[in-house]
Amino acid sequence: MAPELIITGVIGAALILYTLTAGADFGGGVWDLLARGPRAADQRRVIAEAIAPIWEANHVWLILVVVLLFVCFPAAFAAISTALHIPLTLMLVGVVLRGSAFTFRAYDPKPGAGARRWSQVFAVASLITPITLGVTLGAVSGGFERDPVSGLVQTDFISSWLAPYPLAVGLFTLVLFAFLAAVYLVEETDDEALRAIFRRRGLASGIAVGVAALIAFIAAEGAPEIREGLAEAPWAPLLHGLTGVAAVTALVAIWRRRDRLARLAAMAQATLIVAGWGLAQYPYLAVPGYRIDEVAAPEGVLWPVIGALAAGAVLLVPTLWYLFAVFKRSRAGRVSQPH
Amino acid sequence: MTDLFAARAQMALSLAFHIIFAIVGVAMPLLMVVAERLHQKSGEPEYLELARRWSKGTAIMFAVGAVSGTVLSFELGLLWPTFMAYAGPIIGMPFSLEGFAFFLEAIFLGIYLYGWRRVSPRAHFAAGVMVLLSGTLSALFVVCANGWMNTPAGFEFVDGELRVDAWAAMWNPAALVEALHMIAAAFAAVGFAVAGIHAAMLLRGARRGFHRRALGIALAVGGLSSFLTPFTGHLAAERVAELQPVKLAAMEALWEDEAAAPLLIGGIPDEEAEVTRWAIKIPGGLAFLAHGDFGATVEGLKDVPRADRPPVTVTHFAFQIMVGCGVVMMGLGAFAGLSVLRRRPIADQPALLRALVLASPLGVVAIEAGWTVTEVGRQPWVIQGIMRTADAVTPMPHLAVPFVTFTGLYVVLGVAVVVLLRRQVFAAEVPTLAGEEEVDHGA
Repeated sequence: MAPELIITGVIGAALILYTLTAGADFGGGVWDLLARGPRAADQRRVIAEAIAPIWEANHVWLILVVVLLFVCFPAAFAAISTALHIPLTLMLVGVVLRGSAFTFRAYDPKPGAGARRWSQVFAVASLITPITLGVTLGAVSGGFERDPVSGLVQTDFISSWLAPYPLAVGLFTLVLFAFLAAVYLVEETDDEALRAIFRRRGLASGIAVGVAALIAFIAAEGAPEIREGLAEAPWAPLLHGLTGVAAVTALVAIWRRRDRLARLAAMAQATLIVAGWGLAQYPYLAVPGYRIDEVAAPEGVLWPVIGALAAGAVLLVPTLWYLFAVFKRSRAGRVSQPH
Repeated sequence: MTDLFAARAQMALSLAFHIIFAIVGVAMPLLMVVAERLHQKSGEPEYLELARRWSKGTAIMFAVGAVSGTVLSFELGLLWPTFMAYAGPIIGMPFSLEGFAFFLEAIFLGIYLYGWRRVSPRAHFAAGVMVLLSGTLSALFVVCANGWMNTPAGFEFVDGELRVDAWAAMWNPAALVEALHMIAAAFAAVGFAVAGIHAAMLLRGARRGFHRRALGIALAVGGLSSFLTPFTGHLAAERVAELQPVKLAAMEALWEDEAAAPLLIGGIPDEEAEVTRWAIKIPGGLAFLAHGDFGATVEGLKDVPRADRPPVTVTHFAFQIMVGCGVVMMGLGAFAGLSVLRRRPIADQPALLRALVLASPLGVVAIEAGWTVTEVGRQPWVIQGIMRTADAVTPMPHLAVPFVTFTGLYVVLGVAVVVLLRRQVFAAEVPTLAGEEEVDHGA
């Protein structure tokens, strides 16, 4: 197998894992922002306890994506970070504020006005990053022309991302992250009333995912390559079918309180969505000037990186499993959490 | 403000901000596992409380370090796309390994901070050791990448096609010596910073047993490490002398080629007149330090075209500041060590405690100054001898906007961290029964 395809696959897998883990952490911020009613404080507490031990590790998937891009596809990395300077900078502001505010709130021994302010910053910053991440992923689906002389991207720094399709993908990403978070949160508490609240949020945001997907598909008018991939590729009907089955399964499972099944179905749905986006994007990293095989670093660079990834995975997989085993072992089976 | 200047300022700001939090992630795990181990050996509850208190401060610092590190990994492309398009594949190995090391550090830190009651004491201690190892490796790998910018190696272009020896690029001549110097400096700086906090609390008459133990651990780590920095620094300087002679000349503000070149202490360089005034000269000192021979000739700056010279004043002052801070820290470390040998408790010596309070920021100052030497001293190159910084910058206009944005952001975060750490320190004045602490700070 061509080494650049292996690396592209790893980047895709890292994006899926980022969505399933860190995505849900950002989604938790959305539900922190929308927490209402007499149980609002309890909702926020469940969200914070669910995120606290794992968000920093979850966040590293994104760093892995960045590192693999600049090591293995340097021209594409340079092009993307040049043309999308503005949304990426906004995303970073979101990353910084979300993480810092969350920690400041958790570690303030004098809860009061300061902690409440950080709480608001945390919640609002949790919106910025998913939207700008989605805008970035939407924007690479078109308009990345390469200057034949300099080899650099031709860009006005605005038009490639300030367009209906990237913005629709931004909205979709936010809704998807919120949906994942709501479904996960059901199993993060033993309080039946809270579980019911999170189930309702899961249902509402699950339906919103469908609506946002439709909006993105309509907006894809402006991104013909992606639209073609999503609509006409030979794998498209199967993928859409599976995604639909997962989506409906998730909603029915939430409705029937099959929480574990709902979580698995939602994860499958999100995985299929990101994978489908990746397949539609193939063979481009950024359309149309940056094809995977054309912008890959030489094989002498790629194979050692693959070796490092394999060696790293040997260490990483068991430790990640351990982390989640310590903090996320099924709560459903336990009667109560001793505090 | 030109866009190039704004990009450089934003990069400098981001690095200067991040390094403070990064060194805490490297060095605090050592202090915490020492305290935890002493608790397990002695059963003394205050050691356990100490490990927990320190872990809270570390959690705050680590979070800011993680997010500001993310900013840096993106800024490499946002500000210097041409540099990354060239260098990315060559320095991919250390960056990939750093990614994994950071991943492990984040995972084990999560277990360490939130797992006090979820895993066994032995597993908890092991998690702390893993944080220490992966944090140190993380520092090693990322400094290897910086080393390549100073002494590029491990690649060639054959008929326009890039050939990379990833291992040779990673272990470039500067890599190991630079990394050793950085890691020693991190432990010294954090040790002294923490010692200063506990010395201040002892002077205020706070819980004596608790702060005395804390001071002992922090000062042992900081004091011992401070004695490593001149040796690691000497190794690094030898590489600079060999492979970046212009940087060495700027560090020393040496203008003429001189046999038996003197070591300059202090002095004010005049970059127009090409002289350095009012410096104390130690004859043959630089020749010996750079080449191991008092009679050796060291190249001065005059033969270097002006366009290829780094800013001499900044590099020279930064170098003097770094060395000066290091010398004071070693002196204090030695004095404290002698006190312990003579069985005179440090906590009973108000003058020494006051000195430790004053000295607590010196390690951080030295690290900032040291990075200024490394980075400003390499100018005008981003990759020594290969690519100029001016050729690496993004074509993006209005770079003053993100610079101002991140400056504001980091000022706010810096203030917030100081306020929070103060609260954490004073919260330590209310002893908690170890093992019975509040629920692991969920909300």
